[in-house]
Amino acid sequence: MRLLGFMYRSYTIPPAGTPLGYHETLPVTAMDLNLTPQEQQFRDEVRAWFTANVPKDWPQMRTNPNVQERFRYLREWQKKAFAGKWVGIHWPKEYGGRGASTMEQVIFIEEMARAEAPPFANTLGLGLIGPTIIAFGNDAQKSRYLSKILSGEEIWCQGFSEPNAGSDLAALRTEGRLDGDHFVVNGQKVWNSYGWAADWCELVVRTDPQSEKHKGLTVLLVDMKSPGVDVRPLKQITGESEFNEIFFRDVRVPVENVVGKVGEGWSVAIGTLMHERGTFGAGLQVSYRRSLNRLIELSHQVERNGAPASQDPVLRQKLAQSYIEIELMRLNQMRAFSRISHSGVPGAEGSIQKIWWSELNQRFQQVAQEVLGPYGLLESGAEDAFDGGLWAYGYLRTRGNTIEAGTSEIQRNIIGERVLGLPKSY
Amino acid sequence: MQFGLSESQNILKTNARKFFAAECPMTEVRRLMEEGDGYHAGLWSKMAEQGYLGVIFPEEYGGLGLGMVELAVLLEEMGTALAPGPYFSSVILAGTLLEAAGSDGVKKRYLKPLCEGKLRATAALLEGAANWTFDAVKMQVTGDLLSGTKMFVTDAAAADFIIVPAMRDGELTLWIVNAKASGLAITPMPALDLTRKLYKLTFDCVEASDLLASGAAARGALERMADIGAMALSAETTGGMQRVMDIAVAYVKTRKQFGKPVGIYQAVQHQCADMLVFTESSRSASYYAAYALQESTADAQAAVSVAKAYTSDAGREVGNRGIQVHGGMGFTWENDVHLYYRRAKANEIALGDATYHRERIARLVVDRASRPAQA
Ligand SMILES: Cc1cc2nc3c(=O)[nH]c(=O)nc-3n(C[C@H](O)[C@H](O)[C@H](O)COP(=O)(O)OP(=O)(O)OC[C@H]3O[C@@H](n4cnc5c(N)ncnc54)[C@H](O)[C@@H]3O)c2cc1C
Repeated sequence: MRLLGFMYRSYTIPPAGTPLGYHETLPVTAMDLNLTPQEQQFRDEVRAWFTANVPKDWPQMRTNPNVQERFRYLREWQKKAFAGKWVGIHWPKEYGGRGASTMEQVIFIEEMARAEAPPFANTLGLGLIGPTIIAFGNDAQKSRYLSKILSGEEIWCQGFSEPNAGSDLAALRTEGRLDGDHFVVNGQKVWNSYGWAADWCELVVRTDPQSEKHKGLTVLLVDMKSPGVDVRPLKQITGESEFNEIFFRDVRVPVENVVGKVGEGWSVAIGTLMHERGTFGAGLQVSYRRSLNRLIELSHQVERNGAPASQDPVLRQKLAQSYIEIELMRLNQMRAFSRISHSGVPGAEGSIQKIWWSELNQRFQQVAQEVLGPYGLLESGAEDAFDGGLWAYGYLRTRGNTIEAGTSEIQRNIIGERVLGLPKSY
Repeated sequence: MQFGLSESQNILKTNARKFFAAECPMTEVRRLMEEGDGYHAGLWSKMAEQGYLGVIFPEEYGGLGLGMVELAVLLEEMGTALAPGPYFSSVILAGTLLEAAGSDGVKKRYLKPLCEGKLRATAALLEGAANWTFDAVKMQVTGDLLSGTKMFVTDAAAADFIIVPAMRDGELTLWIVNAKASGLAITPMPALDLTRKLYKLTFDCVEASDLLASGAAARGALERMADIGAMALSAETTGGMQRVMDIAVAYVKTRKQFGKPVGIYQAVQHQCADMLVFTESSRSASYYAAYALQESTADAQAAVSVAKAYTSDAGREVGNRGIQVHGGMGFTWENDVHLYYRRAKANEIALGDATYHRERIARLVVDRASRPAQA
């Protein structure tokens, strides 16, 4: 009611030719960062389930160098969560989800991180491919694939990048030639995370070599056990082989495995990429906060110039800066999620988030190296390593953050063109 | 959980934007900047009419009784407009001190006319050591007579009264001093920010009008003022960043080199993209600091320092980029960007720069090694 007094005094002179082209925020009922009673109830339910079910041996398994063994473990964990209907909660009910709201999804992800729960094995199936099938797939595809994505019974990978088509994805050349009721696929994909574990692949191929670049593309769902599929490991900077290259030689894919329409694969692929930028970072801020807390703890243990590192004035500045950046990631995300929960669509702010979480993570890992000194160099297997060598691993792994899911340069191009309206540079 | 502006907050923001665009265009900012103390009676009384001078103060003292988020959005728009005049000094510094520490009588005598635009004020916080913590006050009071020097005092020439921290018998005290009191000399300290002026105040046995507070109450009021002030400066800087980005983006769309608008080149685009990331993140930080102060959340102090540290750096970074993408035009007096750049630098320093606030965060989160409550 006090506001009314103010509104009577509202100002009505028209803005005389002043530019008001400005960011706008969608109105919310009231700025309130507390959970509503329903959200709180949901949070309690989620928290109780995680408390009772998170496996206790995850900290050891987390740094297990045997990737296959670790993956089997994560698959078991996903199966357990699926049994409790806690996988893909934001998916519509008819496809096995709970139809959870954006905020409930955020709460869920935060609780999952807070409980130090292992991630679900089917990262790409849950985050990218399932939502793509929900948006573009037909009924038969939805009933065939979705519940097996949720249960982890079928693991998915994403076959987009090629040796000559990375940032310029639409330049891809893997071909899909129609032969009766099948497409015959020939070509090569690269950097495919979980390729070695995957049962299925969301594959973008060129089905019309004559048409222009962004047309003539088609998205196929490919059974990785098909004859002619050859998955080879790619050893990466960290020494593991998280991703692969995949060769396709005369692989026959039935036409009913086309998602969307033949020749309209570009819009399907873009849909997948929007999910990649939009929700990918949600759980990260809680785990970053946890890593920072751990680093602060360690800063009281390791020494610098004969005193705990936590007392070094320069390192204190850097730890505080990491706190600031992680906090801003949380706040930027909350603003974005509030907006999405009103508008229903993730916008170009996904690119802001992507730049933020990836570059912050690199800066944070550098701060960790500065705090830990030579201890930061120790890898898994070194007896004296903190946290099973996670810090050395993290330092290298974060180099990939500004490349995967669209490079920082591409994200800045997107902001320039789509948010600021600058002319397209290419 | 909702983190955005409510409809009424959006209305306040839009109205403020229209108000300052119409009442205080850049030609007027430049005129006031070149003449005297930057105060304009006409603009000030219109701001009073809008309720801006009392936005966060209780209605019984002539305020609107709104909250910190409303103050933040208003400051953001004032930052966008680079509104001149003693708003920061009068409302944010003096006003919050009066509200936090004043008796009912003092509030009626000083806060009410301040909200109504009849009196203007400032607070004289720094001395020669330029120390933002309040343990450093050296000025002495004997009886109610003040002697010593205060420096870097904002908009003192436009003030009717000044709030002065001083030591009496080893105890911190806050005094209200008439700006015209005998023995008080106010001299300009020409400085970088042309739209918010600094003054040196020398007190030679100056008689105070009223004692505002002493001891813990004085310290508490100063700390509250410093938190609200740091949040307000963060919001104001954010508004300035938005304007610099808007000016720069508009320029690179039209300026042509090599036959094309320079905004087509990625080296330029990416500087603009960075400006957006800095600006939006500053906005998130400022709104949250305001919310945290309003709700007295457990992490309110950290939230304020996050905002002040971040916007102090980001405001400067946006200015650097804004100037760079203008080329030679960015280096001219005529281009408005430098006026915002100057304000951003002054705001960076005022009430503690990024280094100061990062150290404060370190005390809160490294030393205590406890994390603030999660929202
Ligand atoms: C850890 C990791 C996991 C991955 N997982 C998958 C996966 O599961 N599936 C999949 O399909 N792909 C995956 N990728 C591939 C990833 O999407 C590509 O690496 C990325 O899109 C960049 O493509 P590129 O490697 O060909 O680099 P390029 O496109 O060749 O880029 C080289 C450099 O040029 C810059 N550049 C390129 N074009 C432009 C431009 N127009 N403007 C400005 N700069 C430009 C880039 O930013 C980069 O710095 C993964 C990558 C990593 C690192």
